[in-house]
Amino acid sequence: MIYFDNSATTKPHPDVLASYTEAAQTYFANPSSLHRLGGSAEQLLTACRKQAAQLLHVGEDEILFTSGGTEGNNLAIKGTAYRKKRLGNHIITTAVEHPSVLETCAELESQGFKVTYVDVDMYGYVAPEKIKAAITDETILVSVMHVNNELGTIQPIKTIGQMLTAHPKITYHVDGVQGAGKVALDIKESHIHLYTLSAHKFHGVKGSGILYKDENTHIAAQLSGGGQEQALRSGTENVPGITAMVKALRLAMEELRNHPAKLFELKEKLLGGLEKMDGVIVHSPPAGAPHIVNFSVPGLKPEVLVHALGEKDIYVSTKSACSSKNSDASAVLLACGVPDAQAESAIRVSFSYENTQAEVDYFLQILKETLTHLKKVMR
Amino acid sequence: MQYDHILIRYGEMALKGKNRKHFTKQLEFNVKDQIRPYRKAKVERTRDRMYIHLHGEDHEPIVEACRHIFGIHSFSLAIRTENEELAIKQAALQLLLDNPIGTSFKISCRRTNKQFPIDSQEMNQRIGAYVLQNSEGYPVDVRNPGVDIMVEIRERATYVTGQKIKGPGGLPAGSSGKTLLMLSGGIDSPVAGYLAMKRGVEIEAIHFHSPPYTNERAKQKVIDLAHTLSKFGAKVKIHVVPFTELQVKVHQEIPFGYSMTVMRRMMMRISERIAKRQGILSLTTGESLGQVASQTMESMHTINEVTNYPVLRPLITMDKSDIIEISKQIDTYDISTRPYDDCCTVFVPEAPKTRPRREKVHLYEGTIDFSAEFERAIEGTEIITASPAAENAAPFADLL
Repeated sequence: MIYFDNSATTKPHPDVLASYTEAAQTYFANPSSLHRLGGSAEQLLTACRKQAAQLLHVGEDEILFTSGGTEGNNLAIKGTAYRKKRLGNHIITTAVEHPSVLETCAELESQGFKVTYVDVDMYGYVAPEKIKAAITDETILVSVMHVNNELGTIQPIKTIGQMLTAHPKITYHVDGVQGAGKVALDIKESHIHLYTLSAHKFHGVKGSGILYKDENTHIAAQLSGGGQEQALRSGTENVPGITAMVKALRLAMEELRNHPAKLFELKEKLLGGLEKMDGVIVHSPPAGAPHIVNFSVPGLKPEVLVHALGEKDIYVSTKSACSSKNSDASAVLLACGVPDAQAESAIRVSFSYENTQAEVDYFLQILKETLTHLKKVMR
Repeated sequence: MQYDHILIRYGEMALKGKNRKHFTKQLEFNVKDQIRPYRKAKVERTRDRMYIHLHGEDHEPIVEACRHIFGIHSFSLAIRTENEELAIKQAALQLLLDNPIGTSFKISCRRTNKQFPIDSQEMNQRIGAYVLQNSEGYPVDVRNPGVDIMVEIRERATYVTGQKIKGPGGLPAGSSGKTLLMLSGGIDSPVAGYLAMKRGVEIEAIHFHSPPYTNERAKQKVIDLAHTLSKFGAKVKIHVVPFTELQVKVHQEIPFGYSMTVMRRMMMRISERIAKRQGILSLTTGESLGQVASQTMESMHTINEVTNYPVLRPLITMDKSDIIEISKQIDTYDISTRPYDDCCTVFVPEAPKTRPRREKVHLYEGTIDFSAEFERAIEGTEIITASPAAENAAPFADLL
């Protein structure tokens, strides 16, 4: 099997699953329970929080455990909007965000908030000046993703953060789901107030995430209940999921530190191969993230290619998994000005540190054969 | 440009007369202890100053450590440059720019290398002019500068030192003997321990544990507090006294209003015994006058009667808000406020006597024999060691 759909989700690392099982068996008690078992679950949770804080270079009290990326983005955006509505009603985001940001903004629009969707260039890149130009007296939130999930575009997070320091009223949210463990980012130096992470994108288990919240930033809770996670995210803590996530985060960060070039080399090889194929157009920016390559074969339905590769046990995707059930063109690619025919036929290959050069070679060979075959059939 | 060494200033120790060497040696020992993981860094002690020669070690963790070592009044990072005018100027500029805009400065040049062609007066002016031209918002003030940039031109190289970083002051840990800190788990006692450590005192801690009325988390809280304190000095031994039996008996046998006073007297007696056993010459408490019933003048008079060991009460005249502020600075506040009962909050009578009298206590204590329970408490005492390094051996290392 060649799994090249790591931006949709990753396969949990065996060591991560071992930690999950151990935590689920031994530390199953409710961390809020008074007895000794509850106490040890609470200690494990504290140790997880500490390690997460150390890995992200932030404070322990700035880590909120959530259920994943969608919840993190919802909590960050709605939490800020509702908390700050007396200060203003304007939100700035980009045209290429994940649906969990765009749909949340749309929901807020229906409640009277105003949202500016800043446009992007042909590579999906947001110019900080455009964000700056969109700021009004009413602006309370800027939300920009770190790495685009379809193209791999790396947004100028730090430049925007520095620019926003001149606007103390504005909370700065960064959707870090695709970037974590793949592209280095210093949260504090980038002046980020809220930062979303999801465990299953870095070989953790689904159902866990982190929302980093700067200690001086305030948001309104979106769940009412027992007051866990500083009363900002009530619900019994998912101790095994959190344990697995923190371990997976450590492994991913170590991998990034020890083999910083690995993903780049995979991408280089893939791009080199795609270049030689007729009729293949690469959409990903040259300076993009090392783990995402987006390309089109105009005239070919991407579903056909995905299924044809699937028969060879190779797994890639059409645009993002979260929006691929609508068979329309990729909204991200359209926003970049990619023509309809190409935007409708986009294929995304996404790597993780578990992939190898040999897999890329094999993929290129099979892709070439498949394309030749399909083109014959289609004509 | 890279930092070459850290210059450490002694502060109050420098005022000591013949004992100065005793203090500076202790400080040297403590500094070496804290920077042990950074093997290439070496410590050099002179009469007025101490130097940590980095020899290529990263300065940041060492700077962090210096912020916590008692006896350090202030310290500065020094850059080493070639004996070239431009390089020296650039180093001075870099050090000035580390300070917030608006900081006034002065240049103090010393030329021990007389081969260097420009004399120190001239260098002061040239460096000052260069820095002024290449920066904005940093005024010159030679009388009372915000930062004194010191340039020392020596034979082989020039050393440029800038901003003073404040150390914690006080006296080096271990230079003033040892005390037994009565550590309850509340906000006050760790602060009292910290202030004692600041005066050079080494601490051991004693904690009264009353299971099942107090739970494991209360005990863990005390271990965590001791661990936090250990970062300001050396490892801290905690004597955990099994107090249930004695406490229950006091609660049952002594009239309600006086049970708290008698319990405190028992704690004081046990502490003195443990101190004696450990060769410790004093006790330390977090008492603050008037804070609770046991901390009135009358209470202290009655409770203190059972020991003639000196009892240090660093917080005695402090306001609660000031104590809380220190506990936040030293990172004990969040641990102290974890909501578990400790031995002082269980069995609290509804109306404890705020003015207990010695004669009354003698009367009550005289009729009952506590000696068996007392001895068992001492015998059952468990010793736990909290050390600054213990944090590295994380309890869930295999899971995480």
